[in-house]
Amino acid sequence: MNTPAIHAMGLRKSYGDLTVLDGVDLHVPAGQVFALLGPNGAGKTTIVHILSTLLPADGGQASVAGHDVRTDADGVRGQIGLTGQYSAVDGLLSGQENLQLMARLHHLGKREARARVADLLAQFDLTEAAKKPLATYSGGMRRRLDLAMTLIGDPRIIFLDEPTTGLDPRSRHTMWQIIRDQVAAGVTVFLTTQYLEEADELADRIAVLDAGRIVAEGTPAELKRLVPGGHIRLQFADAATLESAILQLPDASRNGDALALDVPSEGGITSLRAVIERLDAAHLDIEDLSIHTPDLDDVFFALTGHSDTERTPS
Amino acid sequence: MTTMTHVLTDSGTLLHRNLLHMLRYPALTYFVVGGPVVFLFLFVFVFGGQLGAGLPSTGGSDRAAYLAYVVPGILLTAAAGTAGGTATTVAMDMTEGITARFRTLAISRAAVLTGHVLGNTIQGLIAVTLVLGVSVLIGFRPNANPIEWLAAFGMTTLILLAITWLAVAMGMASKSVESASNLPTLLVLLPFLGSGFVPTDTMPAVVQVFAEYQPFTPFIETIRGLLLGTPIGLSWLWAIVWCLVISVIGYVWSMRIYNRRSVV
Repeated sequence: MNTPAIHAMGLRKSYGDLTVLDGVDLHVPAGQVFALLGPNGAGKTTIVHILSTLLPADGGQASVAGHDVRTDADGVRGQIGLTGQYSAVDGLLSGQENLQLMARLHHLGKREARARVADLLAQFDLTEAAKKPLATYSGGMRRRLDLAMTLIGDPRIIFLDEPTTGLDPRSRHTMWQIIRDQVAAGVTVFLTTQYLEEADELADRIAVLDAGRIVAEGTPAELKRLVPGGHIRLQFADAATLESAILQLPDASRNGDALALDVPSEGGITSLRAVIERLDAAHLDIEDLSIHTPDLDDVFFALTGHSDTERTPS
Repeated sequence: MTTMTHVLTDSGTLLHRNLLHMLRYPALTYFVVGGPVVFLFLFVFVFGGQLGAGLPSTGGSDRAAYLAYVVPGILLTAAAGTAGGTATTVAMDMTEGITARFRTLAISRAAVLTGHVLGNTIQGLIAVTLVLGVSVLIGFRPNANPIEWLAAFGMTTLILLAITWLAVAMGMASKSVESASNLPTLLVLLPFLGSGFVPTDTMPAVVQVFAEYQPFTPFIETIRGLLLGTPIGLSWLWAIVWCLVISVIGYVWSMRIYNRRSVV
């Protein structure tokens, strides 16, 4: 499939004076997991809403599965599934009735619908709760049902807007596994998240969105390389060894009052070996050694320039 | 052709959903029936003797005469009362992600709203029928023949469709679930400001003009004429025109909001 799953150029959206999206370009190849990472209010949900035909953009152009979101919205709708930030299940119906409703709206035949509903209930571990009212469901169960409803029409592209926000670690891992299974089946996943760990875990490519602009894009490894901060930490037994080691390693910086030195490094074996050989040659013993590579948290803070900004939710 | 069948099946699917809601959450139906029944008892057993004395004499007791006079007005109050419930359920639905989900499906845009309208119209018909049943229990005796019953049923359905389309739009236009029923509740006042509870010629001139030209007066006169044989004149025609006008306004208004609005 040569058509990119998602292609967007110069998307703009504002509400009055508030500019939510200020020229966003996106390119998502089919079959990949693409994570849109950003703080609250960055515009993640607005992008998802534009791409899933819920909201018209003020400017720019976007196509999903080769269909223009503005001129061929129904073409887009036939190919996508959306699991929004707000649980999109019918609280007055049972889990099974929710899935049957979706099966009917996808115009599945009676027999096909019954089989598909039973399949999804089993796959998402909801068979036991199928006939119970949703009021009795836990947050994780509601989220699984939500995703099952998204998948009933076999969408080629799924949008997951903060799919694990508010879930406990176990439900989160279950969710991740479900997402990986979808990707294995050839589905393109467009995911928004505030969790760097989640993007790192799942995504082939990550774009960092801040204040309505994409400030960085690449593979998780590429993004980590954008930010310095990797170092080797050396721990010594006594102050004398530490002082001698400083003479050998001019780049090193003291780590507070601890008997430790931080040597800048990109984490490669060559630089590690060089440090050890130099200390060996001077007969200095290292008590402990650890390698620190920058994680996405470092990337995120470095790129967005702020740690935790609460603005108007997107 | 397939698009047309899809509109119908999708509307049917969503109607089914709304009817399930009604069964799961019957409190709303009780509320919609309860209000008009309280009005009925209040107006017949508390005010009825006095109000009936002002009506042209029919030979029976004043209270019985007033019961006959007021029931069509009460039935229209019941019909208008469904609007509050409709607007509330629609506003609730709009805040739930499920409506956003429906909007990302390749289904007819009108189907979601049509499902609401048909569901609430059916609920309204049930409410009006129950209120009529209570009226009969306390002595209301319509003299309609089967054709007139059928016409009354058809007229009531048209009125409910119009009120429901308007209420759906009002529910979508409201900013929150709590405020959704504010505007539609005003509709319940309209039968009072028409020929529902007292003849319009007893009202002050300004009120009388309003009463005679607002939609509920031809609604009430048509239903009253069909059930009790009072003269209808051109009221039936005005009633149908009003129903069409109100339905179109409600439809266009709600479709505009539905297409524009995002979740929350």
